[in-house]
Amino acid sequence: MELLGLYHYWVFAVLLMIGFYAVIAKHNLIKKLIGLSIFQSAVFLLYITMDKVEGGTAPIIQAGVADPLYSNPLPQVLILTAIVVGISTTALGLGIVVRIKEEYNSIEEHEIQEIDRR
Amino acid sequence: MSSWSNHLPALQVIVPMLTAPLVLLLRPSGLAWAATTIASALAFAVAIALTIGVLDGQSFSYLMGAWPAPYGIELGVDAFSALVLLVVTGASTVALLAGRESLNLEIDAHRQPMFYAAWLLALAGLSGIPVSADAFNIFVFMEISALASYVLIAGGPDRRALPAVFKYLLMGTIGATFYLIGIGLIYLMTGTLNLADMELRIHEVADLKPILVAAGFITIGLALKAAVFPLHVWLPNAYAYAPNAVTVFLAACSTKVALYLLLRFDFFVFQPNLAGHDVQFAYFLMPLAALAILIGSSVALLESNLKRLLAYSSIAQVGYILLGASFVSLSGLTASVLHIFNHALAKGTLFLAVACLTTRCSGLRLENISGAARSMPWTMAAFVVAGLSLIGIPGTAGFISKWYLILAALNEGTVGIVLVGVIVVSSLMAVVYIWRVVEAAYFGDAEAGGAAHREAPPALLAVTWIAALANLYFGLSPSLPLALSTSAAETLMRHVP
Repeated sequence: MELLGLYHYWVFAVLLMIGFYAVIAKHNLIKKLIGLSIFQSAVFLLYITMDKVEGGTAPIIQAGVADPLYSNPLPQVLILTAIVVGISTTALGLGIVVRIKEEYNSIEEHEIQEIDRR
Repeated sequence: MSSWSNHLPALQVIVPMLTAPLVLLLRPSGLAWAATTIASALAFAVAIALTIGVLDGQSFSYLMGAWPAPYGIELGVDAFSALVLLVVTGASTVALLAGRESLNLEIDAHRQPMFYAAWLLALAGLSGIPVSADAFNIFVFMEISALASYVLIAGGPDRRALPAVFKYLLMGTIGATFYLIGIGLIYLMTGTLNLADMELRIHEVADLKPILVAAGFITIGLALKAAVFPLHVWLPNAYAYAPNAVTVFLAACSTKVALYLLLRFDFFVFQPNLAGHDVQFAYFLMPLAALAILIGSSVALLESNLKRLLAYSSIAQVGYILLGASFVSLSGLTASVLHIFNHALAKGTLFLAVACLTTRCSGLRLENISGAARSMPWTMAAFVVAGLSLIGIPGTAGFISKWYLILAALNEGTVGIVLVGVIVVSSLMAVVYIWRVVEAAYFGDAEAGGAAHREAPPALLAVTWIAALANLYFGLSPSLPLALSTSAAETLMRHVP
C-alpha cells in the first residue's frame, strides 16, 4: 500500500523514462522532440504534486475563514516559469527541424549523418 | 562604499538584458553591432568594478525588490563569481570587437539585429548564473543563455551547424531538466531555494537519501552542460560549425559557467551535509577528468579540421579544471579556478586567430591553411603564442595553472603521481597537435593551400594580439587571477568539513 500511496512519484518516474527513451531511441527528429516534451512535463508534474497539502485550499485570503490550511503556491509559480522555458525550447527545436528539413530534405537522423559524410 | 556600488550585481545582468530588445529595433546593422558592443563593454566594466570591490574585501549582496533573503531572490558576488564574470563579459567584448568583419561575412545584414539581440541574451544568461544566489533563478538564467546560444550557433551559413545545434539542444535541455529535478528534490526536503539557506536547512533533514539523489541529478545535469567526458558529444560540432565570433565567445565561457555552478553547488550545498560526499565526488570525477584529458587530447591529435581540433582540446581542458576540483583540496581548487581563467584566455585567442584565418583561407582543414604564415605572419604568431599558453610553456598564462595543478596532484600521494603523468602526457600531445597546425602554416606549400596573400583585417588582428599579449601578461604577473582564485578556493573549502 505504501508504494501506491506515493503514486504521483511513480507517474513522474514512468513519464520521465518514457520521454528519455524516446529522445535516445527514436531517429526521427520530431519524435525526439516529443520525447523531450514528455520528459520535461514529467518534471512539471513532480513540482505541481509536491505543493499539495492535505486538506489545503487555494492560497487566497478569504473573509470569515480563520486560520485556513493553504497549499504551497511557490512550486506552481516556479513551474509556470519552467513551462515557459519548456515551450520556448520545443518551439526553437521545431524551428531548427524546419531549417534542417529545408537544408537536408530529411528529418531522419541517420539520413542527415549520411548526407554530411558525403 | 558609495550606495551605487550596491547595485552592481543587478546591473551586471540588467544592462545586456535590457539592451537586447533595443538592439532588435536598430537598423542598419552597424548600429546594432555598436550598441551590442557598448552594452557588452559596460557589462565588462561592471565586472571589473565588482572584481575591484571583491579584492578590497567588499562582499556584494543584493536583494531583488528588497525582499529579505531566504524568501526573495538574492544576488551575490564573491571572488569565484567575480572571476567567472570577468571571463564571460571579457570574452563577449573581445569577440564582438574582433568579430564585426567576420560576422558580416557569415550573417545576412537584415538578420544581424536579431543575431546581436540573441548575443546579448546569451551574455545576460551567462553572467546571471554567477551573480545569482537562488537555485531556481540560476535555472532560468541557464535556459536563457542556452536558448540564446542555440540561436547563435545555428546563425552561421554552414548547414552542418543545424544537426549539431539540434543535438546540443537535446542534451542541453536534458542537462537543465536534471538540474531542475535535483533542486525540486532539495526543495521538497528543505523548502528553500536560496543556496546559503539550503546549506543550513539540510542539517535539519532527517532522511538524506533524497538529497543524495538530488546531488546525483545536479552533478550529472551540470556535467552535461559543462561537456564533461563522456557527456561531451554535443560540443565538437557545435563549436566547429558556429560562426567564428560565436565560437570565440562560447568556447571561452559557456562550459566554464556550468563548471562554476557544479563546483558552487557541490561545495556549498552537498559537501558540508552529505557524509563521505568528498570521497564520492573525488572518486566519481577524478577518473572522468583523467579520461577527458587523455581522450580529448588524443582525438585532437588526429583531427584535421582546425576548429574541431581546438574543440577536442577544450574537452581535455575541461578535464584539467575538473581534475583540480576532484582533489577537494585548497591547492587543487586554486589550480582549477585559475585554469578557468587561463584556459579562457588561451582558447579565446586561438579561436580569434582561427577567425583571422577564415577571413582569408578557403577552409579550415589543415591543408587549407598550408603556408598561411607567409601571407599572414601576425595571425600565425598570435596563434603560436596562444598555443604555447595552451601547452603550458613557462612565461605564458597556461603554465601558471598547470604548475599549480601539478603541485596539487603531488599532494595526493601515489594517485597524484599517476595524474602528474597524465598531465605531462597530455601536455606533450598538446605540443604535437599545436605543432601540426604550425607545421602546416609555416612549412606547408603556399601554392597548394590557396590562401589569399593578405593579412587579416586590422581590427580583428589588433584584438587577437591584445588577447595574445594578455596570455603573456598573465603568465608573467599572474597576481590578479591568482588572488581571485586563491580567495575563491578558500571560500569553497570553508564549507568542506
